[in-house]
Amino acid sequence: MLTPEQIERKLDRILLKVQKPGRYVGGELNSIQKDWDSVQTRVALVFPDIYDIGVSNVGLKILYDQINQREDALAERAYAPWLDMEALMREHRIPLYALESKRPLACFDLIGFTLPYETLYTNTLNILDLAGIPVRSAERDESHPIIIAGGHSCMNPEPMHAFIDAFVIGEGEEVIHEIIDVVKKWKVESNNPLSTCHREDVLRELAKIQGVYVPRFYETTYLDDGTVARIEPIAADVPKVITKRIVAKLPPPPTKFIVPNVDIVHNRVSVEIMRGCTRGCRFCHAGMITRPVRERSVDEVLQAAEEALKNTGFEELALLSLSSSDYTHVLELVTKVGEKFGGTHLKVSLPSLRIESVSIDLMERLKDRRSGGFTLAPEAATERMRRIINKFIPDEDIINTTREIYRRGWTTIKLYFMIGHPSETLEDVQAIADLCKRVIAEGRKVIGWKAKLHAGVSTFVPKSQTPFQWVSCDTPEQIRAKQELLKRELYRDKNIKLSLTDAEDSFLEAWLSRGDRRMAEVIYSAWKKGSKFDAWQEGKKYDAWMEAFAEHGLDPLFYTHRQRRTDEVFPWEHITAAVRKNFLFQDFRMSLEGEIRVDCRLNCYACGILPTFAGLRRENPGEGWKCPDVKSPVNNKQSAVTSLPLVGD
Amino acid sequence: MRIQITFSKQGALRYTGHLDLHKLWERAARRAELPLAYSQGFHPQPKISMAAALPLGFSSRCEVLDMKLERDIPLEGLRDTLQATLPPGIQVLAIEQVDDHAPALQTRVVSAEYEVTLAEPVDGSELKRKVDSVMDAESILRTRRGKQYDLRPLIESLAVVSSAEGKAEKILMKLAAKEGATGRPEEVLDVLGIAFEETRIERTRLNFQS
Repeated sequence: MLTPEQIERKLDRILLKVQKPGRYVGGELNSIQKDWDSVQTRVALVFPDIYDIGVSNVGLKILYDQINQREDALAERAYAPWLDMEALMREHRIPLYALESKRPLACFDLIGFTLPYETLYTNTLNILDLAGIPVRSAERDESHPIIIAGGHSCMNPEPMHAFIDAFVIGEGEEVIHEIIDVVKKWKVESNNPLSTCHREDVLRELAKIQGVYVPRFYETTYLDDGTVARIEPIAADVPKVITKRIVAKLPPPPTKFIVPNVDIVHNRVSVEIMRGCTRGCRFCHAGMITRPVRERSVDEVLQAAEEALKNTGFEELALLSLSSSDYTHVLELVTKVGEKFGGTHLKVSLPSLRIESVSIDLMERLKDRRSGGFTLAPEAATERMRRIINKFIPDEDIINTTREIYRRGWTTIKLYFMIGHPSETLEDVQAIADLCKRVIAEGRKVIGWKAKLHAGVSTFVPKSQTPFQWVSCDTPEQIRAKQELLKRELYRDKNIKLSLTDAEDSFLEAWLSRGDRRMAEVIYSAWKKGSKFDAWQEGKKYDAWMEAFAEHGLDPLFYTHRQRRTDEVFPWEHITAAVRKNFLFQDFRMSLEGEIRVDCRLNCYACGILPTFAGLRRENPGEGWKCPDVKSPVNNKQSAVTSLPLVGD
Repeated sequence: MRIQITFSKQGALRYTGHLDLHKLWERAARRAELPLAYSQGFHPQPKISMAAALPLGFSSRCEVLDMKLERDIPLEGLRDTLQATLPPGIQVLAIEQVDDHAPALQTRVVSAEYEVTLAEPVDGSELKRKVDSVMDAESILRTRRGKQYDLRPLIESLAVVSSAEGKAEKILMKLAAKEGATGRPEEVLDVLGIAFEETRIERTRLNFQS
């Protein structure tokens, strides 16, 4: 294997031939390079997209800190090289290396991928290949690192089951330490020449950790119609159902963010103010899988923000959550942030505000200047659709709020919608166009022709573990007809800017998000045929995917345009985000009836989080969680883990 | 208050371009809690300016920047404070106060000196001959980005450093660096028949009009 010095020498000769060579050299402020020989376990954390996107990922940052705080382990980083760099690396036989030490990834004991979205799957294969590591889990032996993955898309890990040794389901802050302990023990033992500990044994140990899923110990069988018959463990000691991990209390947020020496997408400090969401929008994957809602205190957020800004000098602070307006102390938080950082040229962003005038007050406290536009997400434009998706905002609220936004000095409003919701018709889409026209007309009454509207219309993709996991996607023809309608209606007004998602991108995401184990071969073939960077026009090859489906005798429509049977066993049936399947099904049925469920902090709908994590909740009562307190007596501390909701209950 | 900082830029920072270097200093100043002055207008920018852009891939021992502060601060200890907040690869060499009304740094640069290290030493006498012919030429017409220009008057000096065995290891050059008349080391190397990728280039000195 090449030494760091050899890799650096080779890099020197190629770096000036690629775009933005600063992506590939490391050396950033706050990056940590530990002495390689002073630790027992070396972990490489990988974001399988380019540096520009990966560096600011908060999930990996948390793990980077957690691991580097240990005396016995180190964590370094790697990202996907862009196409130009990859070509030169292959030509000059440079294996993918970690930015800190410039050691090949293959030297590490453990490689952790974050997979927040499905379009990173082919890149994951490509990165393993660039690192000289067998792409398939079954082909790796004792000399290879253990490959783990986590992140939102792993709530249905099955399409990637052939390539990842172990998945982390849920939150990684605590479980990463348990994983490292297992790998460390293996490494120590394997130094003993008489060791009989094999890779398979390590994986077996990992499978015993709560929240870790090792796919090779499970088997999926299928019915004649192609749907899943059952998923069963084929090894002793592995759980029948893998329940996600959560932390009872959010640990202190990271403050030593890496400060890149080249421009990236998000040059900012991010502080997570709250995890989870109580709104229950039925299309929202994050809202369903990140429960329960846990908040940080205002003081903790302020202190972290201040420290992180001091450590980085960044020009922007992002206060992250799925729904800022629902953070209990949001007014106090923005008031204090305004007081503390006002007049310092700091840009503060507060995403996901509710459509109400209070949101404008909040933004006014944060911004000295009305720049950058004001973003709201109505998602749908008819009352019927809003009831179906469980995001109910009356038109009048939208008109009144947007009028007020223009009146208070913003000239650009961004409205986010989705098309392709279940049972949506062209009339529902027409209503989106009509609403946009009404908003801009109101804007013109207030500020004249300066008023601008940006309508971002994406296409709905049903996700696993949500109430819409049963529904069919729109066909390509339906999507195109809806997009044509919007273009026809909105392109004429030069003050309305319409952005649409490419229909092919949505389908790619759709068949991967609800795919089964057979999709693994399709992913492999699509990658072999040259598709990678599937989230980028420059990378993805739709035709390669189509050929890959044909090669394996599978039909993409089976995964996308098919209403699932109510008793269908899903490919992810053995994985649970602790929101029960019968709760999701009930919510799906309610959507068909147009029934809404408002904020669950007002009234618990018994989604399944509390019985699953009763023990944790009992030990952490009060304000921190937005679920009700658990009052029942403690009879068995382990009851929380053993009384899991059963599959298909 | 206006201060002038002289610094080196080495290691991984060689791959950080001019605009990104601006950002790097802006953030360093914020980390060090310097009272940066900003321009007026809709997009206020910190008042930081560099003497001369350093091409990507070059290292330097002599970069100079000018920074305006909103108020006076003691210079004592500032070098250490700033150094502690900088990424590896940037070394603060000197900080001094300059007159608020002194002309902008960019207008005062007249020439830059470079040291080119060859990855593989070449025959010294042959390279020397090429250097002599360059220096003897009256003009060297070249085309860059579709425009023709004369490289020769931009070369103020050019010399080869050889080992005791007669192998050329380094080339030293001093090139004009005035607005609209800036000599580029890669262009000189090209004339000498040396591939840019086979070298390491370091800027060693910026000369200013007094």
